[in-house]
Amino acid sequence: MSAAGELAGLSAAPGTTVRAVNDPFHGDLLEVSMGPHHPSTHGVFRMMVTLDGETVVKLKPVFGYLHRNHEKLGENTTYLGSMPYTDRLDYLNSMTNNWAYALAVEKLSGQPVPERAEYLRIILAELTRLLNHTCLAGFLLQDTGCSGTPLMYAFREREHILDLFEALSGSRMMCNYQRFGGCRVDPTPGWLAAAARLVDGYGRFLDEYEALITGNEILMARTQGVGVLQPDLAVNAGATGPMLRACGVDYDLRKVDGYGFYPRFEFRVPLGDHGDTYDRYMIRVLEMRESIRILQQALRDLPAGPIIDAKAKNRGLRPKAGEAYGRIEGPKGEIGFYLISDGGPNPYRYRVRPPSFINLTVLEDMCLGQTVADAVVILGSVDIVLGEVDR
Amino acid sequence: METPGQIRDRILARFSGAEVTVVTNPGPAAQHSLLVGAAHATAIATFLRDDPVLQLDTCSNVTGVDWPGREIVETVRQPLAPEEDADPAAPPGVIEEKIKRLVPGSLEVVYHLYSVALKHGPVILRLRTADRAANVTLPSLTPVWRACEFQEREVFDLYGVKFTGHPDLRRILMWDEFQHHPMRKDYVEPDDYEWEPTPHDAVLTKARRHYPAPPAAPEEESTP
Repeated sequence: MSAAGELAGLSAAPGTTVRAVNDPFHGDLLEVSMGPHHPSTHGVFRMMVTLDGETVVKLKPVFGYLHRNHEKLGENTTYLGSMPYTDRLDYLNSMTNNWAYALAVEKLSGQPVPERAEYLRIILAELTRLLNHTCLAGFLLQDTGCSGTPLMYAFREREHILDLFEALSGSRMMCNYQRFGGCRVDPTPGWLAAAARLVDGYGRFLDEYEALITGNEILMARTQGVGVLQPDLAVNAGATGPMLRACGVDYDLRKVDGYGFYPRFEFRVPLGDHGDTYDRYMIRVLEMRESIRILQQALRDLPAGPIIDAKAKNRGLRPKAGEAYGRIEGPKGEIGFYLISDGGPNPYRYRVRPPSFINLTVLEDMCLGQTVADAVVILGSVDIVLGEVDR
Repeated sequence: METPGQIRDRILARFSGAEVTVVTNPGPAAQHSLLVGAAHATAIATFLRDDPVLQLDTCSNVTGVDWPGREIVETVRQPLAPEEDADPAAPPGVIEEKIKRLVPGSLEVVYHLYSVALKHGPVILRLRTADRAANVTLPSLTPVWRACEFQEREVFDLYGVKFTGHPDLRRILMWDEFQHHPMRKDYVEPDDYEWEPTPHDAVLTKARRHYPAPPAAPEEESTP
């Protein structure tokens, strides 16, 4: 155990190489605080990295810069009052946050949802998945140092989806669209036609993007074999979503829980082979292709009918005493809400299960032994949004 | 999947002396949970993870719940002994007595367990502390499921539950110098978030000594 190692708070864990103190050919360990203001951290996030030369020997993430105690806010407002706040958790994916929260409240109060609303929820959730994964592919390339072009391509397409969201809900990103027992507004035929056009054209964008990126030699060199995550560790550490499936673990809540009307749709769950950063990129591209299939089926089969249950109560909702945990497959992983009701107008306990926060548990395991530049790419492939990590 | 009652019976058969009770959920979700005594919690969690029938290999969600102590007023009715000259047809008198009873509070930690291998769940575990002040220690389940690592830190930070056996128990969302646990029900917000003891006040006092107040301006003669 070197003096430098003790300074950095290193314990002599098995597998850690600890260097002799008087080694004239090597310098001391260097402790670097990456962040909180750094473009690679996707927000205000800090990594305390201990470096041996350029190799990461210890990495501790530091959170809380955006903490506003979202859960306490949820306990102090009504059930419906929390719905717009859920938009601000993962601010790229407000539609899926809304759905997860609505699902938990519907479980808590035993509220049914009409068929058309379930279809609309699937349409909007899959559009959100397209949007999130497109952004992630752009950000990941930005993190590898491929500055500008891929991110701008991705943002161009994202803006088309956000236009649809704005036309439907009135807001690009803070949609506040789902309600307990249904949805807030019914899309017009024109909106549905525009959505179908976008979905039909999205495959061409993906072809273009993949021709530019997927076979790129530099991307392969920077990501293949980098940040490998073992499947048993991923399961034990609660990793969900594309992070988990990139390790080859077949676990997609759309198939496992079969919430909404997902069992009616035909789609495949792409799985990775190596669990490295390239697989995590590739899984997202393949999931976008499957999302397009789901969207085409949903837009084709969208039934007519009410968009909200006639007996649904949103304002002044007082569920019976009890508790419920509802979860869906968000674009970043399993997003869940745990609610305890004491029969009052506000939830007694309102808990968010944030996927990107829990996916960060294995960040250190993936980064150990990699270079500091790879740590940036690995963090990019985890796909975090700090509004959700810090809550 | 087995019902919580069946799981409880198997745990009790395996660990003699373990405290396991089923907490029923009266709501429509009907997700019942198992309240586990702290003494056997780690052993029971390891059993649930490794049991071939359950294989609860992941812990999805860990959260705290605060149950403050509350006073319950119970009304006890006792029949009054009938007086001698009372009308026998009249109903017997009843004396009502109100008894105040204090239900002690506790902090609760809830674990939602799922099986990725067998694709079932949730099995919900609850651990309770003895009270909310001095005895807030619970065993950590991080050695069983790594997923608990950050979430137990969050429960420690926001509720003040101390987990023994946690590898790195620090505050995670609030800053390290913060004193309270803001998710507790009796947490009182500070009046002024921005106030902090900086040298400003001392500096201002010193500056006032350096620059005495300017002489009062002479009163201007009022013009008619």
